Amino acid sequence: MAEMDEPEKKRRRVVELTEKMIVDGVYGGSCEWEGRWNHVKKFLERSGPFTHPDFEPSAECLQFLIDTCKILVIGAGGLGCELLKDLALSGFRNIDVVDMDTIDVSNLNRQFLFRSKDVGRPKADVAADFINSRIPGCRVVPHFKKIQDLDETFYRQFHIIVCGLDSIVARRWMNGMLDGEVDQTSVIPLVDGGTEGFKGNARVILPGLTACVDCTLELYPPQINFPMCTIATMPRLPEHCVEYVRILQWPKEMPFGAGVALDGDDPEHIQWVFQRSLERSTEFNITGVTYRLTQGVVKRIIPAVASTNAVIAAACATEVFKLATSAYVPLSNYMVFNDVDGLYTYTFEAERKENCSACSQIPQDLRFTPSSTLQEVLNYLTESASLQMKSPAVTATVEGKSKTLYLQSVASIEERTRPNLSKSLRELGLMDGQELAVADVTTPQTMLFRLCFTS
Amino acid sequence: MAATKGSKEQKYDRQLRLWGDHGQEALENAHVCLINATATGTEILKNLVLPGIGAFTIVDGHTVAGEDVGNNFFLSSNSIGKNRAQAATELLQELNSDVSGNFVEESPDKLLDNDPEFFHRFTIVIGVQLPESTCLRLGSVLWSASVPYLVCKTYGLIGYMRLVVQEHTVIESHPDNALEDLRLDQPFDEFKNHINSYDLTSMEKKDHSHTPWIIIVAKYLDRWLSEHDGQPPKNYKEKESFRQMIREGILKNLNGDPEDEENFDEAIKNVNTALNPTKIPSAVEDLFSSGQCNNITAQSPSFWMLLRAVKEFVHSEGSGNLPVRGTIPDMIADSQKFISLQNVYREKALQDAAAVAKHVESLLQSVGKPAESISERDIKLFCKNAAFLRVVCCRSLAEEYHVDSVNKDEITSCMDSPDSEMVFYLMLRAVDRFYQLHSRYPGVYNYQVEEDISKLKLCVNSLLQEYNLNVNIKDDYIHEFCRYGAAEPHTVSAFLGGSAAQEAIKIISHQFVPFNNTFIYNAMSQTSATYQL
Repeated sequence: MAEMDEPEKKRRRVVELTEKMIVDGVYGGSCEWEGRWNHVKKFLERSGPFTHPDFEPSAECLQFLIDTCKILVIGAGGLGCELLKDLALSGFRNIDVVDMDTIDVSNLNRQFLFRSKDVGRPKADVAADFINSRIPGCRVVPHFKKIQDLDETFYRQFHIIVCGLDSIVARRWMNGMLDGEVDQTSVIPLVDGGTEGFKGNARVILPGLTACVDCTLELYPPQINFPMCTIATMPRLPEHCVEYVRILQWPKEMPFGAGVALDGDDPEHIQWVFQRSLERSTEFNITGVTYRLTQGVVKRIIPAVASTNAVIAAACATEVFKLATSAYVPLSNYMVFNDVDGLYTYTFEAERKENCSACSQIPQDLRFTPSSTLQEVLNYLTESASLQMKSPAVTATVEGKSKTLYLQSVASIEERTRPNLSKSLRELGLMDGQELAVADVTTPQTMLFRLCFTS
Repeated sequence: MAATKGSKEQKYDRQLRLWGDHGQEALENAHVCLINATATGTEILKNLVLPGIGAFTIVDGHTVAGEDVGNNFFLSSNSIGKNRAQAATELLQELNSDVSGNFVEESPDKLLDNDPEFFHRFTIVIGVQLPESTCLRLGSVLWSASVPYLVCKTYGLIGYMRLVVQEHTVIESHPDNALEDLRLDQPFDEFKNHINSYDLTSMEKKDHSHTPWIIIVAKYLDRWLSEHDGQPPKNYKEKESFRQMIREGILKNLNGDPEDEENFDEAIKNVNTALNPTKIPSAVEDLFSSGQCNNITAQSPSFWMLLRAVKEFVHSEGSGNLPVRGTIPDMIADSQKFISLQNVYREKALQDAAAVAKHVESLLQSVGKPAESISERDIKLFCKNAAFLRVVCCRSLAEEYHVDSVNKDEITSCMDSPDSEMVFYLMLRAVDRFYQLHSRYPGVYNYQVEEDISKLKLCVNSLLQEYNLNVNIKDDYIHEFCRYGAAEPHTVSAFLGGSAAQEAIKIISHQFVPFNNTFIYNAMSQTSATYQL
């Protein structure tokens, strides 16, 4: 150790103490304590060779995180709980969280803000309470709602939005909400994380500038459902037996009363399905039907552990920190993680799709012959890998008037427009080059298509 | 309220689907030791407590400081001044009442001085933010006691993990993309008989369209072999011909157009993989030639006994092949045809497992152990996974650190690539050196950042010199590591927390494959690398 004279040692001691005191002085209040933000400050108050070109070290950076920066966390489940903790311990204080679900006992192996006494309560509420009480000064505001229940004004108030969703439909909706804006001066970065068992991914989306969720829709292959003829007449796997009971036997027998739908969360319902599935499997000499398998098929359960959620949420929270502070260049733009065999990550830049249905602002072409039926068009909208719509509703301007060609979600309209499905496009009065407006759960905005007749 | 088996099954349902009841049982019998309840440490433990490990013990002599509470979810401001092990245990215990939490208010160095055997009781020891000397001392004790050791460190935006385990065997590795074991190139008798019971030319359309593709390929392969002097399709051209042969077998309607026969489409699609020769994977062959396999004693772990039994099966009843796995993928077929085909494979697998069991029995006998030492269930599980067996052997820390055995080649070849994470490994070694010299880490206080750069550079150079590493480390990295000031940001700790916990679970459950042996995570670029050092 180098020799140092007494005055210098004293000077340094004073500086050390002063640095620690600055926390108490500036931020005051009983919820602060000496050294609280030491780990964070080293990245905000010091210059470095790898920082973002825009970065300016200062005490104001932390001030911004604590006082001003507003973050929205979508989902308070496996990823959401982790995200809230990670953000709160990185200095963020103004956090809103949206989740439409209530707590289930099967959440407790990883959603660590919940306890068995909380089962049945809204996730957003319990999560906010826990974080606010564990992390003094943090102000998490819960919203026990569907993301579709909130509007653009709500979403526009945030600096960064981070998603921990378990549904691709919801993800695409969120993506569409932020991509719809033509105004590029107020880009709200979207950080998105997803996990499944031991696999996960984290990505950064700058809506309108970088690849969005729909640009890379092929990375999320559609869920394969078993063909009906297999389920109905030639089952081979235990899963086929369960699907038979769920899809065919339950509606026929209505075991818990007329109109009572199968509830995957009701153990009595699952027990009934399990018994019938066992009977069916015995009939066909199929082994392997268990209660666990039955529940897994009915609820489309995806296995989950704490560790993968911890990793992906951490990566996402790091990106939120970088975006909010410019401390480092954000991830550009997609990271994949898998720890089945060792630990594997792969980081790449997903490219924008020129004609992306969500972010390219260009109306998509629909190429069909005039004699094609409306049903064929709907099939294309649902089956195409780049669109993967769920139940599209189509309207068009015919003879100067807006006409609903088909809509599934309202029974009376569905009944009225059903005959249109088997009619040809020409019969429906549609012209070459005209616009079709399509609404679907996968997007908050109506998507415009241009009909191009082929011969 | 004590958790009933039913409520635990519900709580752990989502993870039971990954590692099964037997994996969960292994977790619940485990006792994990964490050294240092820093943010990284408590994040790791959180991801072990939540899935229900049996017990944990935190060893930590530190007192909670203000900055500890700032980045740690499991410390609160009213624990400032208290012992850190105790404070963290309270809040971690609260996560899951199934788990038993303990703490020892002692530094690991003290324990190593007075009672090194303290560490022998643990299923795994996880050492976090340890200075090099403590890390190596502990490594030596645990290596001699064969206790698995996981070293973790968060340093600024860099995460580091090192696994130290002498020999870790994995039967259930759960590979992502396993090849099927269909034996089309070497059909066993019962399979041959089953194929012969089909006559594609005389079938009704319904049966024809619902014959499993395995049967179709087998039938056409028979034909091909008879037409090609017993030689299967080998190159692309021949395989195309073979596919065409099958295509022509699709029934035609009255107009002469091919009918819709999805099972034939499946057959054509699967020709390539179906023609893969049945082979023992080289990883398994390596295990067969290992010392542990060929020198069975009464002390041999059951993994090696089972492996030796399988090897003997391969050389006798197996005719050069592993026991038949017994599973087939789903395929278009009617129930009866599919189930009867599936049963052909299943019954063969049972037969092969029984043959292996005989070898196990005589092996056990030959070393004076009772036949019940290895259960029939374990034998069946082993046979089913015979193609996927993995053994992970990590070098000791002593070997990694010693000048004569350091992995120079790996280090220098990685450093040839400009973006390699290896530079961070070297920087972590350099800051360890700095700590040894100066009893502190570089750049902890703002005024130190600039002046520590030259001091750290000296450490870097002495490190490279000592190990005779002819590599260049850019000044930017030295500056960056002074800038970090040994910070432990929460998000990087949390990333490492998830990663390390899952590796610990792999060690405890013997399912899935642990990394070997050094993992570096770079939060700046969201990249990572694994090195065998």
